[in-house]
Amino acid sequence: MRDWLSQQRQALQLVLARMWKARLATLMMCGVMGVTLCLPGILYVIVDNLNRLAGDVQNEPKISLFLKLDTTPETLKELEKRLSANPAVKSYRFVSKDSAWQELRQNAGLGDVTGGLEQNPLPDAYFVQSKEAEPAAVDGLLRQMQQWPGVEHALVDANWVKRLYALLALGNKAILVLSGLLGFALLAIIGNTIRLQILTQREEIEVSKLIGATDRFIRRPFLYAGALYGLGGGLTAWLMLASVIWLFNLSVAELAELYASSFRLGMPDMPAALAIIGGAVGLGWLGAYWAVNRSLSQLEIT
Amino acid sequence: MTCARLTPQNLPRLSFHEILMIRFDQVGKRYPGSNEALRDISFEIEQGELVFVTGHSGAGKSTLLKLIAAIERPTSGTVLIGNQNVSKLRPAAVPYLRRKFGMVFQDHKLLYDRNAFDNVALPLYINGISGNEAGKRIRAALDKVGLLGKEKAMPISLSGGEQQRLAIARAVVSRPSILIADEPTGNLDANYAAEIIRLFYAFHQVGVTVIIATHDAGDISAQEGRKLKLAQGELQMQSELQT
Repeated sequence: MRDWLSQQRQALQLVLARMWKARLATLMMCGVMGVTLCLPGILYVIVDNLNRLAGDVQNEPKISLFLKLDTTPETLKELEKRLSANPAVKSYRFVSKDSAWQELRQNAGLGDVTGGLEQNPLPDAYFVQSKEAEPAAVDGLLRQMQQWPGVEHALVDANWVKRLYALLALGNKAILVLSGLLGFALLAIIGNTIRLQILTQREEIEVSKLIGATDRFIRRPFLYAGALYGLGGGLTAWLMLASVIWLFNLSVAELAELYASSFRLGMPDMPAALAIIGGAVGLGWLGAYWAVNRSLSQLEIT
Repeated sequence: MTCARLTPQNLPRLSFHEILMIRFDQVGKRYPGSNEALRDISFEIEQGELVFVTGHSGAGKSTLLKLIAAIERPTSGTVLIGNQNVSKLRPAAVPYLRRKFGMVFQDHKLLYDRNAFDNVALPLYINGISGNEAGKRIRAALDKVGLLGKEKAMPISLSGGEQQRLAIARAVVSRPSILIADEPTGNLDANYAAEIIRLFYAFHQVGVTVIIATHDAGDISAQEGRKLKLAQGELQMQSELQT
């Protein structure tokens, strides 16, 4: 165990020394990886913030329950009870047919129309706010209420919410595809860099093998190099992302003020940041592993 | 090793090298697309022997050494190191067998991008030894070959003889039981060559098996030690086993 640890430390020291010697190349490598990782990151920030924005706007989807014209006070009481007991309901408001009639008549321009009517055509109604903004949840609540006694018709204007959510789902898919493609590109970039390093250290590898180094010993520093490139690339990507968001926020704040909103682009949360960095480290390690194995078999050192 | 006190248990390990006998039994080696490099070679080398492998260039000396060090595998016959059959060794076990040998290569195979100290350090790092213990052993090895003052020197700044001695330091730093040298005096003048040979004698005297390949038969005929003479891939002559 102590041997193992000291071997890991040794490999790490060796790699760090090599990277320090080739500072510029290492920085360039981290930069390339950072930019590559940054692209899906920016897309993620956009989709994530749209999601938040959508949540803000459509926090309270309103369901209108129009009751039957012959609703009795007992049914009203029953409905009241059900609404207050339902956990998916955030709040509700009762509008009697009379108050609705009053409101309608007071509206300028409509007086003529209502004046022609002999009696109140409006039903009693409940306006219910759902807790969940998800179209599926709202739909479920709607269908449930439709079944309640005394309810003639339940309505929700959720079409644009559905469209927005479909768009966001599309955005998420785009992130996934882009991440996959760029991840592959990263794998190739790292693999190639490590392969070049192996070629320059060919002599050392050869001698090491001749005097009894295992493949694992030879592979170790390169795996560390790959993982370190990944770490550097991931951190660079996060820094770039943070600067991009900061830069955008200057304009976003201005725009949001025009709409009397205090909306700002949010930074990617901790799990997202860790996913970017962790993913980069993993890709680096994998790319290096792949490159070393290919090179070792190509060098044909027994 | 941190235990400074000698006990009956660790005494033998510290004073003697692992007992490793080398045995070739009707060994043949053919490289793809060429004639047989070695044919029907049989011999034994006891632990602690000093053996010269002689013959003209192309006689198969290097191949013989590579077979001993498990760098090549025989195409026929068996090579036994200790009681391990080299041809039947799993590839994963080969590195561990090679660590029992100290190799001095014909072309040194020094790494020119690092200094003398780091060159000698390589076998220790491979064996997982680092830190103070490694430093002590590296300086001891450099001291033994007379390069203690040059641990910071780059190999390119060393003379031919010094490079050769550096290669020897690297070969002995991990305290192998068998020391193998391919043409160690190859392109050195007589003074340097004698010095190098004396070094090998010194290792032989502390119980290390020393196997040296040389084309320079005239130079060593007077020397003590057993001679294996190769000609065109065959063992032509084998002097008596000395005890």
